[in-house]
Amino acid sequence: MRRRDPRARAGAIILTAFATMVFVFLMLPVLVVFPISVSSAAYLQFPPPGFSWQWYQRFLDDPSWMDATWRSVQAASVCTVLSMGLGVPLTFLLVRSRRRGIWMLDRLAAAPIIVPTIILSIAIYGVFARLQLIGEWYGVAIAHTVLALPFVVILVGAGLRGFDETQEQAAAGLGASWAVAVWRITLPQLRPSLVSAAFLAFISSFDELVVAMFLSGASMTLPKKMFDNIMMEIDPTIAAVSVMQILLVGACLGLTALFGRGVLATTMSR
Amino acid sequence: MRLSVTGIVKRFGAVTALAGIDLTVEEGEFLTILGPSGSGKTTLLKAVAGFEVPDEGQVHLGDQDVTLSAARHRNVGMVFQNYALFPHMTVAENIAFPLEMRRVSKPEITKRVGETLALVELETYGARLPRQLSGGQQQRVALARAIVFGPALLLLDEPFGALDRKLRESLQLEVRRLQRRLRLTTLFITHDQEEALIMSDRIAVMDQGRIQQIGTPADVYDKPVSRFVADFIGESNLIEGTAANGQVVLPGFGTLAHPDAPASGPVTLLLRPEAMRVGAEARAAHCQAQCTVLEAIFLGLSIKLRLRPEQGPDLLARLPLRPSDPPPAAEGSSVLVGFSPEDVHVVPRG
Repeated sequence: MRRRDPRARAGAIILTAFATMVFVFLMLPVLVVFPISVSSAAYLQFPPPGFSWQWYQRFLDDPSWMDATWRSVQAASVCTVLSMGLGVPLTFLLVRSRRRGIWMLDRLAAAPIIVPTIILSIAIYGVFARLQLIGEWYGVAIAHTVLALPFVVILVGAGLRGFDETQEQAAAGLGASWAVAVWRITLPQLRPSLVSAAFLAFISSFDELVVAMFLSGASMTLPKKMFDNIMMEIDPTIAAVSVMQILLVGACLGLTALFGRGVLATTMSR
Repeated sequence: MRLSVTGIVKRFGAVTALAGIDLTVEEGEFLTILGPSGSGKTTLLKAVAGFEVPDEGQVHLGDQDVTLSAARHRNVGMVFQNYALFPHMTVAENIAFPLEMRRVSKPEITKRVGETLALVELETYGARLPRQLSGGQQQRVALARAIVFGPALLLLDEPFGALDRKLRESLQLEVRRLQRRLRLTTLFITHDQEEALIMSDRIAVMDQGRIQQIGTPADVYDKPVSRFVADFIGESNLIEGTAANGQVVLPGFGTLAHPDAPASGPVTLLLRPEAMRVGAEARAAHCQAQCTVLEAIFLGLSIKLRLRPEQGPDLLARLPLRPSDPPPAAEGSSVLVGFSPEDVHVVPRG
């Protein structure tokens, strides 16, 4: 084993302690939410007086909760497909084009991150009202695509910039057209970036509230329904929904780890 | 197939990378482009491969003009400097790729991939991923992928750069044997003059976007046409002299007559280190001078001396060394150094 000097060891200990503190800070709410979701009490109370599945039952039995959930899943799925379908070709253009002024388009693609969501929501509301897209889940999906696009462009762009272009040249030299080279050689190697981009796009839509408040109208998405629930009739159903949401996101993360090897490393190191 | 390049010019903005290149590689020939970095050799390779369109001139493969054809239609096999193996595909899939692109049938692909793997002695490695192979093995996979489809031309872009010396030497000979056996027309790019001498049928020495000299390894080594070529290939002593009345006057070494020397004016003479004679051998030589040994470097097969004559610049001498030979000269001692006119090459001035 390699010998380490005491200063390096002290550093490692401090780093571990700090990481642990951050982890605990982030995880504490979950520790509260889980017990409350299986509470036997009729209102939010911690610690819960007894155990019961009743709030899960209520969530699953209530059509308005189920509709909202289903609508959110639909919107997030469509948003993912759209933002990937638009974002990946756009990223190739932004990274590969030698045209002057392409950097302006690059900045523009990141604009939805910079513009306050509420401003964006009002603007989109104005347009969608005229197009009669208010109150439709696909209207929300389209608006969410605008918000998700920067994630796709940034993540896939990082992957593509780190990609060795001679790979495509090699493929062309061996007889592949550019499209075939991208499909067979480039995209498979960008898989970690693509998977994490799709995952982020999905989550960003599934979890989005502000745009949904403006656009969803009576057909609520899950976050909008949760918000209304808290405002009007606060009961532990919200905790049960939170737990389900956490589990869903956790499952997504698990799948990402399974199918996009190196995804998390990619997000962090690039 | 025969490759012929005529009048290729390529500019990048104000920089002229290729300033009119004419070159022919005969069918089955191994031709090396040798040049320092920035000499334009990579640009030339790209123009031949189809990754760069020249501003002027033509590239012919056989009797077909391919100057403007896309790389994928040229049927040229290329081994890249970093191999450019596809990391997400197995060795067999990598080698099958060009055959798939040519819509070769499945059983035929399997057969030819197997044959080619055998050719590069990697029969049992088909199922591995490139990263599970050593550098030398990766290099052989890259070679297999470049020749499996029977290319009209094989391009090698400094393929041995990343390998250690021993492996490099054995692979150089292996590639050469394979190239001869398959009669592959080959264009090889390198900045390593030793490699060029070992492998080539002919060498084209490139500098500043032009071919400075083209000829057999012996030609470019023994009869360089310019100071640059003399300096770039091998180690050299370049001695400046003055010609007058059919004799060349060399400061410190007396005079010598040479058929290639001009009647008058300045002359540059090339003396390879192995042409120098030292000690008893030097006494019979035509030109002689007493020199101080500055350095004696033991190289195993030979010993290299850095010598300082009383006049003129320092000289290099390389003496063969058998195990029983006594050391020819100690550092700091004074020795007699000489050479014969037959071992001198007059470098043309241009």
